[in-house]
Amino acid sequence: MPPDVEAVAEQVFIALADPSRRAILAALASGGPATATDLADRLPITRQAIAKHLALLAEVGLVTAEPGERRRVRYRLRSAPMQVAQQFLAALARDWDSPLEALKDHLDRDAGGPATTPSRERGHQA
Amino acid sequence: MGFPDRIERTLEVAHPPSKVWAALTTAEGLGSWFGDEATIDLSPGGPAQLRWAGGATVDLRVERVEEPTVFGFTWHIHGLPEDDPRRTYVEFTLEPVGAGTRLTVVETGFAQLPEDAYRKAYDSNTHGWASELGELVEYLDAA
Repeated sequence: MPPDVEAVAEQVFIALADPSRRAILAALASGGPATATDLADRLPITRQAIAKHLALLAEVGLVTAEPGERRRVRYRLRSAPMQVAQQFLAALARDWDSPLEALKDHLDRDAGGPATTPSRERGHQA
Repeated sequence: MGFPDRIERTLEVAHPPSKVWAALTTAEGLGSWFGDEATIDLSPGGPAQLRWAGGATVDLRVERVEEPTVFGFTWHIHGLPEDDPRRTYVEFTLEPVGAGTRLTVVETGFAQLPEDAYRKAYDSNTHGWASELGELVEYLDAA
């Protein structure tokens, strides 16, 4: 795996760590491309702050600016870096410990007779 | 480097491999400990499905069946879009240890990315719903 992949994921997590940037990305995800002015109308964030955040988000590739006059530039969400970060999260979210614990319980419960856990059995042998 | 590609767990159970095998590879077994209900066609390429009471389902594809030592399947990577073709591979290995079994589960493939993923993550081409919808409009217009 190229190390750049982790750099992409890191940029996503840095971007999402800020509540204003989360709000901007969420607005673009739900409402489609928008200008900084559109976003300022919809979010409790000043236009100046939105412009600053959009510049950062564009720099790391999470949004792209569509060509246009300065105040009419529309920003569009880019999903590719999000998908890279999602893979990272998928690995962290994969929980094998709980199912394997359940498997162990299932096997013990199914053994017939009084339920005994392996640790108890070892205790008896000791 | 914090991106795990491989998850591995080993546990020893006080039951013979045949019994562990049944728990891993039958609808009855899988529907007891893994899901709330399950179906499985236990042959390479065969479909399997786990269902939970809450309505969630997961589709598996059986890949390796070597009774009673190796059972492998692939499944969708949790969290990626439904139509994303990437899958992780899960392999259970059963080894007899005395009267019991050492069970190892290895899941690999979390870090897989298509050839162009890095470029795609940075390049400035804009894709997504807006352009897809544009294509749909063009298609409908042409018809």
